[in-house]
Amino acid sequence: MTNADAQTKPLFPHRHLLGIEGLSTSDITSLLDLADTYVVQNRQVDKKGSVLRGRTQINLFFEASTRTQSSFELAGKRLGADVMNMSVSSSSIKKGETLVDTAMTLNAMHPDLIIIRHGDSGAVELLSQKVGCSVINAGDGSHEHPTQALLDALTIRRRKGTLEGMTVAICGDILHSRVARSNILLLNIMGARVRVVAPPTLLPKGIERFGVEVFHDMRRGLEGCDIVMMLRLQLERMSGSYVPSQREYFHYYGLDYEKLAFAKPDALIMHPGPMNRGVEIDSAVADDINRSVIREQVEMGVAVRMAVLDALARNLPNERPL
Amino acid sequence: MSRTGFINARLVDPASGRYEFGNLLVEDGIITDLGSRLFADAIPDGIEIVDCRGQVLCPGLIDMRVFTGEPGAEHRETLRTASLAAAAGGVTTFIVMPNTNPVIDDVALVDYIERRARDTGIVHIHPMAALTKGLGGREMTEIGLLKEAGAVAFTDGDRSLNDALIMRRALSYAAHFDALIVQHAEVPELSHGVMNESELAGRLGLSGIPAVAETIMIERDLRLLELTGGRYHVSQVSCAASVDVIAAAKKRGLKVTCGVSAAHLSLNENDVQSYRTFFKISPPLRSEDDRRALVAGLAEGTIDVVVSSHDPQDAEAKRHPFAQASYGAIGLETLIASCLSLVHNGEITLQRLLGALTHVPSDLLGLGTGRLAVGLPADLVLIDIGASWIVQADGLRSISKNTPFDDRRLQGRVLRTVVGGRTVYTQD
Repeated sequence: MTNADAQTKPLFPHRHLLGIEGLSTSDITSLLDLADTYVVQNRQVDKKGSVLRGRTQINLFFEASTRTQSSFELAGKRLGADVMNMSVSSSSIKKGETLVDTAMTLNAMHPDLIIIRHGDSGAVELLSQKVGCSVINAGDGSHEHPTQALLDALTIRRRKGTLEGMTVAICGDILHSRVARSNILLLNIMGARVRVVAPPTLLPKGIERFGVEVFHDMRRGLEGCDIVMMLRLQLERMSGSYVPSQREYFHYYGLDYEKLAFAKPDALIMHPGPMNRGVEIDSAVADDINRSVIREQVEMGVAVRMAVLDALARNLPNERPL
Repeated sequence: MSRTGFINARLVDPASGRYEFGNLLVEDGIITDLGSRLFADAIPDGIEIVDCRGQVLCPGLIDMRVFTGEPGAEHRETLRTASLAAAAGGVTTFIVMPNTNPVIDDVALVDYIERRARDTGIVHIHPMAALTKGLGGREMTEIGLLKEAGAVAFTDGDRSLNDALIMRRALSYAAHFDALIVQHAEVPELSHGVMNESELAGRLGLSGIPAVAETIMIERDLRLLELTGGRYHVSQVSCAASVDVIAAAKKRGLKVTCGVSAAHLSLNENDVQSYRTFFKISPPLRSEDDRRALVAGLAEGTIDVVVSSHDPQDAEAKRHPFAQASYGAIGLETLIASCLSLVHNGEITLQRLLGALTHVPSDLLGLGTGRLAVGLPADLVLIDIGASWIVQADGLRSISKNTPFDDRRLQGRVLRTVVGGRTVYTQD
């Protein structure tokens, strides 16, 4: 892209990345293309760039997270930003009293980019209305987790060459999963066929109108799939409240070689992590280097987050000449 | 003797079906004459004249469901500020819920509300008393004594009385006093969500409250009512299935009535779109099909009364992620204007709407008002039903500004509100 192009047509014409909803095919393609260049950069000895030099990035995590937070931190640092991590203990904001105040306080420090994770759906959008900088949603309640969907898409695209026409089975706790919602949206936008596989108690009402095929039988759901995307099931939801037991859940919905055999022979296995080995995924399957791309997802995560930070920073005021 | 003539009025009295141009005479706060022939020869000398200029003059509105913060949370709303909002909304009588701190579950507290209302309010205010002590759902309050003290009905307000045994006994015991039991119908175990259970809730990642949570509770209570006799009222219905259930019960001859809020008549779940917490109310706004069923239920009389469900919440309580934000919306001042759109759209007649806001709630509560009739107190409202205006939250009289109608254009404006012959509000 030339300088002139970049000025007339922004790469990513949005101020924030709050979700996949509202993005176009070209928005997503631009981000994935840019992320591809960062995959290359990240594999070099000198990984450091400077497109965010002078920029301040704040990682504001109201919910504990190891991998997403470190992925965003590394992404920002590799682009030359000054990165500050703020973990707000969940107890002090349990009622959300200081949520808006926290955002206003941070805003007064003139950050350029704020990355937010919060346990409540819609919280990141609420905060984005109160600050003057770009906001990236790193997960809000059961709503969206857009960078996860983008990194999943990058992983699939690099392995399979395209997203269009791929059959993707998303399996597990769809009801509570922001990863599932963002992936369903993104995969639909990019022309993939999406299936969801879960017991009825772990599916939201009206799921059949989200643009997915619904399966309660995992074997049928995996039949002919290109991608098997497993979701994490929180252990406390497996003791009779949503499903009767861990044992029964693994029996019907855990990914093992026997069920995987129904998918295409070259089907990829994905998981957003952290995994519950032996609960939703058999340990050997998770570690199968021929099938599992779970560690690759982590690598793509850094590249995708660099692409998102870069793209949003290009729209910030006082843009440096490229 | 003070005498006031309301002349050139369109007299609308839903109780008698009166709809005519004419005049109305108030002497010492009492309606003493009205009709098209009054003052036919001449307007008598020495009386005060209010020229109604052909606008609708009807009984003052009666709102059966209002929350304030008095006592305990006066920063949200006091009885006085609620009465100012009521007067501006054409409401001459409203009923406050017992969900205060302390809870209105004792004779002394009923006395307190009555006295504060008299001393500080500019419209009539009466309390409903708690149905169970401390709203705890375990022990009945002193229904007889509270009724004598002035409680107009018994309810746990925004809490559902979940214990079937207590509900059965309360219905049975209250029947002897002809006391009205008012239920916020919602099975608590099914109501852990924060909005209507629907595709939209799924997309927003919000937990849903299914409509059946309401209908199941109503069905249970109606079975109990069949055993006990007595009078049972559902404070607000929100979905089509509840309307059907109540219609069937009325056909069976049960003494059941129900209300609907102005918000549920004009808004639906899609207004929640992108987490707007001012649309978070209880019961939740439902689907458009449900909203239409509520309007139809009101038009045909299955739904008896319309309420504002005025529930002031300060901005702090609403400025949270949707799941954390408080429930509730104010509605006294926009009550009639938000409902009149149904009349303008031809979905309901003016008489039916006004009936649900005047004589029907009056009769349910035994107030003896809500009519344009000789001998009754002159609680009146003058409304320009065609005038349009844009709601500005900051301009509303409630201390809390949590209106779901902010920036909306509504049609129907209160010009003057009269309580006991005294004008308590005129449009500037």
